[in-house]
Formats: sequence, structure tokens, C-alpha cells
Amino acid sequence: MLINTTEIIDTFAEAFEMWGSRVIITAETEKWAMAAARSMTGFATSVIGCRCEAGIEHLIPADDTPDGRPGVSVLLFAGSAKGVGNRLVERVGQCVMTCPTTACFNGLESTESVVVGGKLRYFGDGYQSSKVLGGQRSWRIPVMEGEFYVDESFGLQQAVGGGNFLVLGKDLGVTLEAVEAAVDAMRIADIILPFPDGVVRSGSKIGSKYKELPASTNDAYCPSLRGRVPETALPEDVTCVLEIVIDGLNETAVAESMRLGINAAAREGVVQITAGNYGGDLGQYHLQLHDILRG
Amino acid sequence: MKLVLHTQPEVPLEAEVISPDFLNGKTADEVAALTLFHGNNEVPLSEFFDVSGEIENAHIEVEGDLTKVKLLGHKMSDGSLTIKGSVGAHLGAEMTGGEILVEGNAGDWIGREMSGGRIIIKGDAGHLVGSAVRGSATGMLGGEIIIQGNARNEVGNGMRRGLIAIGGDSGDFTGVNMKAGTIFVLGKLGQRPGAGMIRGSIISTQSAELLPTFTYNTTFQPSFLRNYMIYFRKLGLDIRKEYIDGEYQRWSGDSLELNKGEILLYAD
Repeated sequence: MLINTTEIIDTFAEAFEMWGSRVIITAETEKWAMAAARSMTGFATSVIGCRCEAGIEHLIPADDTPDGRPGVSVLLFAGSAKGVGNRLVERVGQCVMTCPTTACFNGLESTESVVVGGKLRYFGDGYQSSKVLGGQRSWRIPVMEGEFYVDESFGLQQAVGGGNFLVLGKDLGVTLEAVEAAVDAMRIADIILPFPDGVVRSGSKIGSKYKELPASTNDAYCPSLRGRVPETALPEDVTCVLEIVIDGLNETAVAESMRLGINAAAREGVVQITAGNYGGDLGQYHLQLHDILRG
Repeated sequence: MKLVLHTQPEVPLEAEVISPDFLNGKTADEVAALTLFHGNNEVPLSEFFDVSGEIENAHIEVEGDLTKVKLLGHKMSDGSLTIKGSVGAHLGAEMTGGEILVEGNAGDWIGREMSGGRIIIKGDAGHLVGSAVRGSATGMLGGEIIIQGNARNEVGNGMRRGLIAIGGDSGDFTGVNMKAGTIFVLGKLGQRPGAGMIRGSIISTQSAELLPTFTYNTTFQPSFLRNYMIYFRKLGLDIRKEYIDGEYQRWSGDSLELNKGEILLYAD
């Protein structure tokens, strides 16, 4: 399949079942809401090294937030429900509660939930108090600036992690332009792109010659190893590969984001777009590029 | 289903059967044959009400001057009850769920010892909203009571959980002996608010004279109030923007008890 002059390889992105949650952060101004959101989603690119994957979903206008202040929606994913709960307690506690003027609300209605504010409340050392509004219990935790208001529980649901595609370009400049255009097109509801500004250069394969490492560099796609690896995946005129990874609350959103991104990235100078997989035996979701693009 | 009061009772009429839980599945004739206590006489419901229609979506409508009709929606757990007119005492007493809407005024003891559901009064309410009965220590245990007008004395007496919001003024001893929960008064509080309160919050958008057993803490913007104010707006209360964005004085008390309660007063 060709889009413009870019060949779309007939392959699939192998994605995994994860658990996802949505956190709504509000603050006195958008600046402080974003400060908390950026802090909470820092060091959250990959479960391999960060124990969770998190990113900013979108800004929320003040009229649409629970307390009428500017807000930011954050998605956080981990490999288990318990993992989501633990990471939320850590990150809401260390990154949101600490940030001036913030409040933190559950943004995902679900039958399953994890306790977050109900654990953070102990920071109040007995001075905390709870409120119940519309069936939702929340906690008021006294802090030096006033109070931190946080929901007792946050909903979570099964989600999809590790949707991806790789952009194989003739040079660094055109490849960067392609992925930047892709990222701009891909930011839709229910998904995040957990890597720096959505892009990862150090794509990985499973395993390593060093037994303690679960993953190592994706040598088949490293142009500098073209002559050394047993089998390169790179056409001759490719000198740069960048990858975009997508996590989403459902498969439909991940696929739609990939479709938008591939269409935006395909251009003169991008030789191929392909996807990362492990033969199909590990991931529960196989996102076929050609099927996605045909809609 | 619609019930219309055709004869005014001379003494209070105890109408606890008029509740979706009790009437669901019954025909108009079956409902008309149910009995009520008129004073100490047991009389058929048809002696006071015309009954028509069928129950759809667990909804009942009652119409007329019901100020002498007590216990409507008693122990209600689901469905909805709309009252077109004013209603008597003990409305929604011990209710656990569902919604009651009164398009007029309400008498004393509304939502007495309720634990769930919502009562909305478009007019005024009497004494002891959401309270405990005399001799009992614990009042309302959950749910919401929204009064768009004024309420009289002892709002939330002994309440442990739940929410009471009053669009107008409240009488004396608002939140007396309250154990927890939240009382909002958009108008003025009467005398001695929070007397004997253990925990919980009483909030007013007006200044108030507090007991000497309450201590001033600070003036600040409590985050949770914003959520409540926006919530009340959606329920029809007239919430000015400055009440959402403004600062409130925080007073702790009652120091004769645990001193864990609070009164928040809008700082104009």
C-alpha cells in the first residue's frame, strides 16, 4: 500500500492489555493545572522502566470541570489494577497535592475503582475530613496554602497499551517533520502518547544478551548497525527511524489515532511506515496497518 | 398515577402508604381502597383523594393543599414523588432512595432520619429539617435535602451524614448537635448555629453571630465549596458567582464538644 510516496508495510502493531484511569486536575489557573499534570506525567514513558505510562490527554475549559476552574485531563496506564492504584497514590500525592491550588477528581466512570484520596488522606494527620456529593466521597486534606481536595476513588478499566508505528526516513530532518506532523494529528480523546512529545527513538526488542535486561535496542532498525546485525529491517536509503507509541482506553481510539498519524506522516522522504510486533504471540491486540487505513 | 385531594382533613391525615414503594403494581382502584389514619380513625384513601391513571416509571403525582397530610414518601427507597401544592410534616421520613419534589411549602420534620435519596422543596420548610426525632440522638444519615426558600429552627439536629441546602434563611440552632454532614444556608443563619456540633460543616453566605465556643482560623477559599456551589446551581438554587469564587472565614467548634466542626462564613 502507498500513501503519497510512502510504502505502508503489511504488518501489525502488537499491543497489550493494560489498565487505565483518567485523572482531572484543576487549579486556580491553567498554568498551575498544567504544572501538576506535567509533573504527574513525568518519568512515565514505559512500564518497563517507569512502572506506568502516563500523559496529558487534553485541556478542559473551566465551564466543564467539577469545580469551575481550568483543568487538565491525564491518563495513566499500568499492567494491573493494583499497579494503577499504587501509581496514582504516588503521583497524585507527590505531584498534584504538592502543587499550589490544585484539586484532583476522578474522570472515569467505571464499575471498578481504586482508592486514592482514601489513602492520601492520612497525610492530614487526623485533621482531614471527608465530604460526599452526588454519591462521590472526597477528602479535604489541610495543607499550608489551604486545602487539597481529592476524590476518594478513581475509576479504572481495561485498556490498550503499546499501539505503535515506525517512520523510516531518508534523513533526520524529514523524519522529524513527519513524526511531529503525526503527533499533532494523533491527539484525540481517550489516548495518550507517553514518550517525549509523543516520539521515541530508542525502540526496543524483547530480551538482551545481558540476562538481567528485559528489553534492549531494536537493532534491526538501527541504521548504524546495518552492516553488523544478522538481518536488518531497513531499506538502503533509510538513515533514521522514529517510533510513536499509543496507549488508549480502548482499541478503537488507538486504531483511529494510528490512522490519523500514519496519514499525516506519509510524505516525500519517508520511505516506509511499519509497526513493531513480537510475532503476535505476546500481545492481545494486533492492529493491522492496512486494515486501520482502510477504515 | 395521580392523586388529587378532594376533601380537606380536619385533623392530620397519616398517608405513609403514598409512596412509590407501596403503590407500585397497584391499580387506581386498589390504591383508592387502601386505608389511612385520619386522627385515630382508619378510613379509605378514597375518602380524601381521587385516584387516576397507572404508575409509570415508579412516578406518583399528588395534588392539593396537603398541609395536613403527613408522612408522604415515608421509607421511600426508589422512584419519584411530585407534590403539586404544600405538604405537611414528616415528608420523606426515613427514606432511603428516590426523589421527592414539592412545588409548594413543607411542614416540620422533612427528611427526618432519612439515609438516602433527595428531597427538593421549591418553597419554605418548617422546623427540624433532616433531624432526629425527640429522644433520638441521630438525625439524617445520608441523602440530600434542597430547600429553595427558608427553613425554621433546628435544621439538621443530630445529623450524621448527608447534605442540606437552604436557598433562603434558616432559623435558630441550625446544625445543633450535628455529628457530621454538611448544611449550606445561602441566606442568614439564626441564633446559635452549630451549638453542640461534633463534626461537620455549616456554611453561610451571610455574616453570623457565633457562640464563644467557636474559634476563628483563617479566611481562605475552600476548594470543596466550589463543587458544592456548582452542584446547587444545577439543582436550581440561585448561586451568585462571587459565592463560588469568594473567600470564607473558617471557624472551628464547638469546643465544648470535639472542636472538629466548622462554620464557614462568606467574607464579603
